[in-house]
Amino acid sequence: MTPSAVRCVHALAGAVAVGALAWTAWRGVAQPRVALAYGMLIALGEAARRRPRSGGGLRETAPLGAAGTLAYALLGEVGGEPTSHGAPQVVAVVLGATLAGAVGRPPALDRLARRVIGAGFAAVCFQPLHASGVLGTWPAHSPYYALFLLLLLALTALCDAVIAAALARARAGGGAYGPALRRELRELPGVGSAIGATGAVMALAVAAAGLWALPVFCVPLLVTQLSVHRYEAARATRRQTVASLARTTEIAGYTPAGHARRVAALSRAVGRELGLSGAELTVLEYGALMHDVGQLSLPDPVPAGATEPLPPEERRRIARLGGAVVRRTGVPPEVVLVVERQADPYRDQPLTARIVRTVNAYDDLAADPACGPLRALERLRLATAYDHEPRVVEALATVLARGGPAPPGP
Amino acid sequence: MGPLPAAARVYIACAVLAAAVCAVPLARSAPGVPWGALVLLAGVCAVCERLPRRPLTLPVLLAAAVLLPPAAAGLAAVPGGLAGRVGRRPVAVRRLWHAAQLSLATGAASYVYGLGGPRPVTAPAFPRALGPALAAALVLALVLAVLEGGVLVTAEGRSPRTAWRDALPGALVPPLAQGPTGLLVAVVWHSPYGPPAALLVLLPMALSSWVLDRCRRERAAHRATVRALVQAVDLKDAYTRGHSERVGRASVLIARELGMRGERLEALRFAGTLHDVGKIGVPTRVLRKNGPLTPEERRLIELHPEYGHEMVRGIGFLDEARDAILHHHERLDGTGYPYGLTGHQIPEAARVVAVADAFDAMTSTRSYSRARPVPAALAELHRCAGSHFDPRMVAALTRALDRYGWHPAVPASRNVPLDQCPARTAAGGGA
Repeated sequence: MTPSAVRCVHALAGAVAVGALAWTAWRGVAQPRVALAYGMLIALGEAARRRPRSGGGLRETAPLGAAGTLAYALLGEVGGEPTSHGAPQVVAVVLGATLAGAVGRPPALDRLARRVIGAGFAAVCFQPLHASGVLGTWPAHSPYYALFLLLLLALTALCDAVIAAALARARAGGGAYGPALRRELRELPGVGSAIGATGAVMALAVAAAGLWALPVFCVPLLVTQLSVHRYEAARATRRQTVASLARTTEIAGYTPAGHARRVAALSRAVGRELGLSGAELTVLEYGALMHDVGQLSLPDPVPAGATEPLPPEERRRIARLGGAVVRRTGVPPEVVLVVERQADPYRDQPLTARIVRTVNAYDDLAADPACGPLRALERLRLATAYDHEPRVVEALATVLARGGPAPPGP
Repeated sequence: MGPLPAAARVYIACAVLAAAVCAVPLARSAPGVPWGALVLLAGVCAVCERLPRRPLTLPVLLAAAVLLPPAAAGLAAVPGGLAGRVGRRPVAVRRLWHAAQLSLATGAASYVYGLGGPRPVTAPAFPRALGPALAAALVLALVLAVLEGGVLVTAEGRSPRTAWRDALPGALVPPLAQGPTGLLVAVVWHSPYGPPAALLVLLPMALSSWVLDRCRRERAAHRATVRALVQAVDLKDAYTRGHSERVGRASVLIARELGMRGERLEALRFAGTLHDVGKIGVPTRVLRKNGPLTPEERRLIELHPEYGHEMVRGIGFLDEARDAILHHHERLDGTGYPYGLTGHQIPEAARVVAVADAFDAMTSTRSYSRARPVPAALAELHRCAGSHFDPRMVAALTRALDRYGWHPAVPASRNVPLDQCPARTAAGGGA
């Protein structure tokens, strides 16, 4: 079943697309040569795109298509000649080119909807101003023109973040909108915005130098696109290797089967509930996956893999040994900190380590038939004076009340 | 590194002198030179030289070559050369040399562009200027590579063949992308939007190099993760320390000799490195036991290939190399474990890792035996070829060792033991 927010966004995108197509069909295509050049660029980007692997990372997987879309929306001149395509034609061309480039493997609806709405927003901001001639008086042909385009770009990025947050929240099965939006906003200064800026630069360069600028930009953008794919592949492989590392304790008989994976998924959900950013969620996930590695140094496994009954000194020693192994993985130092500090009282821990500690204790306790999930939560609430942070325990209770961590999103 | 050889001093002095002579026409026609553009480009070039990996230097220099006459373009490159990052001493000489090198190359590129390209270049002239701009980009890269080769020959005593012939073909590909970008910068420079917009044109190049760099770092991080997996085994079974990485390297030696390349080779390196990872599943007291093993304990140890296979099951990219972990204890005559496969039933990757594993086990010191010299180990491998090992793999290892030699010591930075005790690595790696 599709959540209603997702259906709303899709309906909005659909309405914009149908309106734009109808308008363009009625009026005919203005400056078909320019439209064709941009359409080909966007289609090329889509054709070179591969299916993104699961997991986050660099979010935009088709830099060429995304930059081409913005470049067409913000295009006011071609080699000094003013353009006359309006906002509806921008949406129509972008939609047609995206679909044409993705023939045989339809793009995900969410992505398509975001692109249509983004293109429509940027075009509606820019094209009427351009057509009315207001831009001719200010910023005209001055260097401020670039600044003006970047301003529009920032607005478009904000609009996209609002929609992305709504989609992400709906896909994650509810939750507050505030943290989801905060997370999207914090992701903004990344590669996605750089790609957007490239779109604005492309519009500028075409305005100054004509359509010749498009193929010139193609090469670095295609290199970027391929590198993004390779980066995603390397990231996925590394994630799998880390998961193998996490499974070592299970295979060695130190922890129950699936423990590390369960703790990672639940920690991620709790972290999302607390409004952590994408980068922090990744730290959390890696730390949760590897939190038990230090147990390998024990000559004999602890019963049921639960370190909770051990004396605190011993638990800290195991945590430090685990931290030493995890440090070798080349993960960010924050992940090492999560593993190293997991046995400390919560006031000495970073937030990520607090989450892992609480979720780990919950998983150990809930798996014990004598305790069960409800009593496990009760015991965690009783331990909020020293060991577990109250805020984290409450977030865990909220996530569990919703039915546990949501399945990984699209 | 010691003082510069005399030949290198003369060579560098000649280059600096040539660059200075090329700048002389500037003094004679000072009023006609676009000093504003020159200063701005020089500043931008200096900033670009400070960036890691310098992805933007060449496009900026090309823009200078298109915008400015040869003498001015040469001068615009000088601050960049002087500002560049220099890792080794003597710093001043290296800076001076780099400045002369960039100046000569940019001057030459500007001269070549001037032969056919319009100056100043405007939007309608773009197609006409594209050919000359590409030629200028090629000349720029060519002059840089030739001058660089010269300094390698004179200062570091490289043979001219390696210094020039090996470096040249690779240097001529990037200009095909940088040339048009430099031209576009020049065109936008003369447009009403002015120089600030022109510099923005460099953004896509900067972006692509940034993403490439992140990609490279991610791959390095993955190698580190694999090493951590090996470290996890070492927590339980310390005496194999260093063994895993050496088996990985020996596997690569054999596989390369057999003609494997690219992803397959990389996967085999990981499989070789991870071949014993299943020992994690073997009880610690069995692994650490001194003295003979009971049949029951032996059976526990013989489970380790299956544990290992189970552990790396989720790593998609290992692909066929995963079988190497499962079958690296199989023997050609069917007396191995876990399945007792014979001959070509055993996957190729597993036969590679089996030879690499046995070779390293024989040439390193273990608690129960001293290290043997490499020729004795090879003789032993040849003796067992056909019954235990695939003769093709043994022959490949022999050929590879003849060619490259065997360097058992793992570089220190990659294998510092957990407890920071270098003596123990030395004990594990003695050959």
